Amino acid sequence: MKIHAPRLAVLVAALAFGSAQADEVQVAVAANFTAPIQAIAADFEKDTGHKLVASYGATGQFYTQIKNGAPFEVFLSADDTTAKKLENEGDTVKGSRFTYAVGTLALWSAKDGYVDAKGEVLKGNQFKHLSIANPKAAPYGLAATQVLARQGLTEQVKDKLVEGQNITQTYQFVSTGNAELGFVALSQIYKDGKVTHGSAWIVPASLHDPIKQDAVILNKGKDNAAAKAFIDYLKGPKAAAVIKSYGYEL
Amino acid sequence: MPLSSADFSAIWLTVKLASLTTVILLLIGTPIALWLSRTRSWWRGPIGAIVALPLVLPPTVIGFYLLLTMGPNGYVGQFTQWLGLGTLTFSFAGLVIGSVIYSMPFVVQPLQNAFAAIGTRPLEVAATLRANPWDTFFTVTLPLARPGFITAAILGFAHTVGEFGVVLMIGGNIPDKTRVVSVQIYDHVEAMEYAQAHWLAGAMVVFAFVVLLALYSSRKTRMGWS
Amino acid sequence: MIQVRLHRKYSGFALKVDLHLPGRGVTALYGHSGSGKTTCLRCIAGLERAEDGFIQVNDEVWQDSRIGLFVPPHKRALGYVFQEASLFPHLSVRANLEFGLKRIPRSARRVDMDQATQLLGIGHLLERNPEHLSGGERQRIGIARALLTSPKLLLMDEPLAALDSQRKGEILPYLERLHDELDIPLLYVSHAQDEVARLADHIVLLSDGTALASGPIGETLARLDLPLARGDDAGVVIHGTVSAYDAAYQLLTLQLPDSALHMRVAHAPLALGRALRVKVQARDVSLSLQAQEHSSILNRLPVTVTEEIPADNNAHVLVRLDAGGTPLLARITRYSRDQLQLHTGQALWAQIKAVAVLA
Repeated sequence: MKIHAPRLAVLVAALAFGSAQADEVQVAVAANFTAPIQAIAADFEKDTGHKLVASYGATGQFYTQIKNGAPFEVFLSADDTTAKKLENEGDTVKGSRFTYAVGTLALWSAKDGYVDAKGEVLKGNQFKHLSIANPKAAPYGLAATQVLARQGLTEQVKDKLVEGQNITQTYQFVSTGNAELGFVALSQIYKDGKVTHGSAWIVPASLHDPIKQDAVILNKGKDNAAAKAFIDYLKGPKAAAVIKSYGYEL
Repeated sequence: MPLSSADFSAIWLTVKLASLTTVILLLIGTPIALWLSRTRSWWRGPIGAIVALPLVLPPTVIGFYLLLTMGPNGYVGQFTQWLGLGTLTFSFAGLVIGSVIYSMPFVVQPLQNAFAAIGTRPLEVAATLRANPWDTFFTVTLPLARPGFITAAILGFAHTVGEFGVVLMIGGNIPDKTRVVSVQIYDHVEAMEYAQAHWLAGAMVVFAFVVLLALYSSRKTRMGWS
Repeated sequence: MIQVRLHRKYSGFALKVDLHLPGRGVTALYGHSGSGKTTCLRCIAGLERAEDGFIQVNDEVWQDSRIGLFVPPHKRALGYVFQEASLFPHLSVRANLEFGLKRIPRSARRVDMDQATQLLGIGHLLERNPEHLSGGERQRIGIARALLTSPKLLLMDEPLAALDSQRKGEILPYLERLHDELDIPLLYVSHAQDEVARLADHIVLLSDGTALASGPIGETLARLDLPLARGDDAGVVIHGTVSAYDAAYQLLTLQLPDSALHMRVAHAPLALGRALRVKVQARDVSLSLQAQEHSSILNRLPVTVTEEIPADNNAHVLVRLDAGGTPLLARITRYSRDQLQLHTGQALWAQIKAVAVLA
């Protein structure tokens, strides 16, 4: 393909203009926070006039991309370790890191009545597949293995575990029925204070390390007023209400 | 070498999956390719297009539909449950099925081209020399299509080794069953284990290069029909 | 006896023939390209299937669509020689020859390897690879390969058409030997009249999917009602018997069939009493009111005029003559005809240069 010089000039100008615009913020969002961020972004854009461009994905993948020059200005991690790592490596604006949500783990089945309110179904061991997120990459996966370990079930379910690469895929395995049940993020199945469909056991926070989800402003967003505005907005009461409605703690 | 036993078992599993897939594809791909290269039926277009679909579809699409159809509520899943086999997702057998679909065009198309290049004349000659159709297939068609079979086997194997999206969607990342090299690399990257990711990824690059080198340097211009 | 009744239709073309052919010797299917001769041959072989057809070769029925009988090609005892030799490129010459031979039960073999290789002069090529052979060599191997299936009918689809004239000349003698030495009926598709005149005993003239004529070569070529006679290379075939040989001048004397008439031909010596076919082209025959004694023309035959038609060229006419029962054609100018006041029943002398006779 041949690119004509005038077109190229227009393209370069557009890119330069785009990046110079102060009222747009590029945010990398952990997949489990997809639904809440969409609600928050709508409010944020309406209230502030800024524009939010969100990318959704796995936290480990975002880390690799950020280290390799991805254009994100704000990063909403699914854990606290990745955000901390970026901070220690000097990739974030100092002092910007904070916990924007604490995730809640749920044992969930797409079938009504399959999972009881206390999670006894796990001990009953009548299922073929138990879906969890990859514990090496996803904090919800790590939390799920901790729950199993505390209940002494690690060995018993070892051969039944199927791993999603991230919490979204874990949810998908369960929602399609390929796995009878799985440990998902409560946010995926929760709206306005109740489980939307299927049956779930909301796992007590005492059974695993807290799933702290940290946010940071990345170096690319240092001079972007919209980035700062968004972080402030995320800390505010309006966002907090939305976050809670999806089953997160604060 | 910083490869763990999990890495080696992923490599072994990958080789096993690719070999089995290639054998199955050669067995079912040959009649399909033969039919596609000979038929004048109206169905030639639609069937050819279906076989070629994986060439253009993202593997995730194939994986997504396999997840749905092989799951307990899908047609395939209900059939396998009726047979008493359970569901095929999260199993090696399921991966083989996924790979067979995913790599199908890479085997069928070289075979189809090889059969088409042979034409009908050699078959007619064989018939007038008293060879029945099966006899002709084994003594004329197969030997004349040999370069096509070699290409098909190499491409089928290599493409299965390179499979990722389908496995990711239906595999469940189970060691020794569904955790193949490409998924293992993805795992390493996600877990920020770059050294191991490098070793495996580098090995894949070398493997792919060697395979393609073999393919391109062994391709002879001979075997024309005289 | 070979009976072929075929009706085959496809878009823009229909083949409809009902042929009764001799069960021995060479029968030429002659016609222009598109006349249906190859389709006819392929239907006889079973490579194509006529919707409506009946094919019987001596005592075997290969197709009878009335009772739904269709014997697949590999079960028909036929040999087929394609226009291009179509040797298997993955097999040596020997393996090509053995391909058909191996599939014939020993008890049914009537042609063996030595005989076939000798007949076609290919003994020295057996270990070679087909791709390194000349077109003529390949075609001889193709013919030998077909022969080795001990066919009850040999089919050849323009086996010489893909060859240049030198290679043609190389193969024709082998085909004549087949004719002379093997008792296998041969159906020979061709659009070249010289090949047909040299090889065929019987000719079927095909045009637009129908048979215009079917009959012995001598009579049929001499028929003025067929387009054959109007062509530039028109002529007749005479089956003579060798009655004398002049070694000093290397001239063969040939007795015309069922007659005391003789012709002399420049030819290598042949045994007395042997049959020899010669072709006399219409343009090589001149007519005279008297026997011209003092002339270089050796052959002077008393003839009577049986028929006369205009030729394709307005300045020419074609005259059919009877030479003691043997038909002859002469192409002369319209002017000469008027000078001679030619008319049916007229007695004349036909003059034929000995060097113009094709043997």
